[in-house]
Amino acid sequence: MSEGINLGETIVFWVCAGLATLGALGLVLSRKAVHSALWMALTMINLAILYVANSAPFLGMVQVIVYTGAVMMLFLFVLMVVGVDASDSLIETIKGQRAAGVLLGLALGVLMVWGIGSALAGVAPAGLERANEIDGGNVQGIARMIFTDYLVAFEATSALLITAAMGAMVLAHRERWAARPTQEQLSKARFLSGEHPGNKPSPGIYARHNAVDTPALLPDGTPSELSVPRPLRARGDVRPVDHADMTEIAEIEEVDAT
Amino acid sequence: MEQIMPATGAFSLIWVLIALPLAGAAVLLLGGRMTNKWGPYLGVLTVVGSAALGVVMLLQMMGLPAEDRSIQQVAYRWVFADGLSVDMAFRLDQLSMVFVLLITIVGSLIHVYSLGYMEHDPDRRKFFGYLNLFVAAMLLLVLANNYLLLYVGWEGVGLASYLLIGFWQVKPSAAAAAKKAFIINRVGDVGLGLAIMVMFVTFGSVTFADVFGQASAASEGTLTAIGLLLLLAACGKSAQFPLQAWLLDAMEGPTPVSALIHAATMVTAGVYLIVRSNAIFDRAVWAATAVVVVGLITVFMGAIIGSAKDDIKKSLAGSTMSQIGYMITAAGLGPIGYVFAIFHLLTHGVFKAGLFLGAGSVMHGMNDGVNMRRYGALRKVMVITTITFFIGYLAIIGIPPFAGFWSKDEIIHAAFEKGPVIGALLILGAGITGFYMSRMVAMTFFGKARWEDDVHPHESKAVMTIPLIILAIGSTVLGMALLFWGHIEEWLEPVTGIATAPSPLSTAATIGISLAFVIVGASIGWIMYLRREVPITAPRGSLLTRAARRDLYGDDVNEVLVVRPSYWLSRVLVWFDRAWVDGFVNGIAAFVGGFSGRLRRYQSGFARSYALSMVGGAVLVVLALLLVRLS
Amino acid sequence: MNPANYIVLSAVLFSIGAIGVLVRRNAIVVFMCVELMLNAANLAFVAFARMNGNLDGQVVAFFVMVVAAAEVVVGLAIIVQIFRTRRSASIDEPNLLKY
Repeated sequence: MSEGINLGETIVFWVCAGLATLGALGLVLSRKAVHSALWMALTMINLAILYVANSAPFLGMVQVIVYTGAVMMLFLFVLMVVGVDASDSLIETIKGQRAAGVLLGLALGVLMVWGIGSALAGVAPAGLERANEIDGGNVQGIARMIFTDYLVAFEATSALLITAAMGAMVLAHRERWAARPTQEQLSKARFLSGEHPGNKPSPGIYARHNAVDTPALLPDGTPSELSVPRPLRARGDVRPVDHADMTEIAEIEEVDAT
Repeated sequence: MEQIMPATGAFSLIWVLIALPLAGAAVLLLGGRMTNKWGPYLGVLTVVGSAALGVVMLLQMMGLPAEDRSIQQVAYRWVFADGLSVDMAFRLDQLSMVFVLLITIVGSLIHVYSLGYMEHDPDRRKFFGYLNLFVAAMLLLVLANNYLLLYVGWEGVGLASYLLIGFWQVKPSAAAAAKKAFIINRVGDVGLGLAIMVMFVTFGSVTFADVFGQASAASEGTLTAIGLLLLLAACGKSAQFPLQAWLLDAMEGPTPVSALIHAATMVTAGVYLIVRSNAIFDRAVWAATAVVVVGLITVFMGAIIGSAKDDIKKSLAGSTMSQIGYMITAAGLGPIGYVFAIFHLLTHGVFKAGLFLGAGSVMHGMNDGVNMRRYGALRKVMVITTITFFIGYLAIIGIPPFAGFWSKDEIIHAAFEKGPVIGALLILGAGITGFYMSRMVAMTFFGKARWEDDVHPHESKAVMTIPLIILAIGSTVLGMALLFWGHIEEWLEPVTGIATAPSPLSTAATIGISLAFVIVGASIGWIMYLRREVPITAPRGSLLTRAARRDLYGDDVNEVLVVRPSYWLSRVLVWFDRAWVDGFVNGIAAFVGGFSGRLRRYQSGFARSYALSMVGGAVLVVLALLLVRLS
Repeated sequence: MNPANYIVLSAVLFSIGAIGVLVRRNAIVVFMCVELMLNAANLAFVAFARMNGNLDGQVVAFFVMVVAAAEVVVGLAIIVQIFRTRRSASIDEPNLLKY
């Protein structure tokens, strides 16, 4: 039952299907959202290839442009806004949600695969060659249908897109209710709070490295955690203090003093 | 069957008879305070207008041959449903004619009297409005040409009676009496309603002409049922046993109301109903017998109650019950008695109205006191009232040549034609009548003055005494006038039919025996209440007296037989409603409420929980699809 | 190879996406899983178009992509807004709309 599907496509299918499934699993299983996004991009690209293999070259291109291009960029951008450092805790807070979710999801998958498998076991694909020939190609065919049969839906989607853009702007816009605080006010507020009023120690003072993850050393030689940016601290990416360097510095200072 | 003539000449104005007082009632009741000043006079004028029109119609009717005296006027088609068609139509025949005259003329006199009696009442306008409404409804009752329209009038007079008994509704006793009258009347009205339904089912029509025309075709059982239902209606409206309890309490209303509604006209509607339906009672022997039995029982109940009451109005009310008992008995005698029932009704309407208005005049002078034990010796200060009341007294006990003698004697004579026992009982009743009326006159106008300290009796104003005088004249001459000049028997014969039967007693003997009984009864009354001083506080009295003071336990019987069981039934129903109906409903509500309370825990606010439910649903749908497809 | 394999792959991806929606708590990851489910549906459309021999399936898939793009824009804007007010991207945090 493989008329119309040649060996090349079979190979492409199995490779891309495997990669797409892998990407999907990665999306669900990785702890960090950024990793999930990257796994998803993998799935999207493989799906684009599968579209092309499935005689839908136009959709394959749209998939690459829209999903792996625009949508994934948007996801990553929002991730940057929200904070890449946050990783999901693995503790499930809703009782039984994880077990039930997995169970139901698997049940859904098994039922659909079983149903599709039994329904489509003996069906041969009609192929799109004749449909594509009418207008001289896949893109031309889709274009004709969009601008004739589906014209109303197409116009509606244009309205939808404009509305979505407007909606996104309205939602993301933050109304300023009070006047912007002046520098003087900010300064006073900083002193009134009773916390460290001045600049926080910049990283790398008395250090052999000036990388952003290197803590500044206080006069007694202890590292100041405050000098490392918060996201790095949250991730635990603070470079440990090299005590060999410390002694070397001390020797240099003694030499200078004498 | 007499033929029915279309309305011509003055008869084309039959509807005006009703419309005049109805318009008066509408103006007075809807006009508001604006009409306070002239409203009462308008009320009097409308009724006087109707009376004048009635007299003109009488004259025109007298000019017609006897068989053409049944006139019909159709105003418009009133009810038209499948199979039931009823016209707003009036029938003026000899029977209706005498009623129209009684209602409008006595009504006019009482309206005039009320101008004086109600002079100081702040709600005078309302009173006259209600009186006009009553007159309109009563005229509709007697002029209707079908039972359904009669029913409208029947309910209308019931409403007016209710409104007027409770006219001084600030008094709880008056409000309670009004309700009592209304509720007991409803029992009778149900009888009339059912009778109309049975008529419609049996005859397919409710007009008098159709019902009476086809009465001979119906089975005796049906006719007996209709007759008994009509009797129930008559019992309610005319305060006959066993629905008599309301009339005594109805005396809470203003005295002119007692005179017009609860003595002269409305309470006689039952007699009218039975006489009007003579075609049915003639063919339903058992129903007619029941009528006689009810009438006889009431004759004695009313007379005994009237003998024991110290309240002058209640004593007169007992007398009214008793006299209507005479009429009902006569109506139950069949063609022998119909004419005399109506004859007695007319004379009674006049002399009892006179007696009530006289009692009202006495009360007016006695600061509205009604206790006869605090009256006495009023003949010296109320000359006109005393004379007119005394004429009424002579008329009611049946002394010739006053009106009551002729009519009551005819009834007793007719009763003897039917059966000696009935006649004997009626003669005994006449004796008791003589007793209680003598007692009343003796206690009120003779003997020593037993007035309360701050009471200064005086004669009433001319506006009140002139109606008294007119009614006294009527009480004197009406009997003879109707019998010898008006030939009431021939006049009513086309409507009611008339028959005579050989009597075991000659006319002279009947008169002699009944007169003897009356004189004996009256003498006992005079002797008991004149020879001895009347005690101001009532003595304990015999068992019968005490029973009579309590209306012969009528209220107690009602209490035990009807009110208590109703209470218990209500309690049981309330309990059933609370425990079962409400319990069931509330149980469902509680179940839904509790179940919802648990169910809402699943509204956790977590989007993922909801998503889980969605996926679960999707799994079920897919499963269902597959199962359907694979099976 | 059986062309139904495309559909099977679509079902598998759809299920994985569904599990992700149910299990993950980061709103952005949940959103990505939703996108994955949409893509799985698109794959099914494309495969069915080929099996039926007409282009309607591809047109519908195209519309799905357009709508999905609009949805991503609005959805991410909402997530950003929620993050601004609550300093958290957890999907369990906004749970005030409850019993």
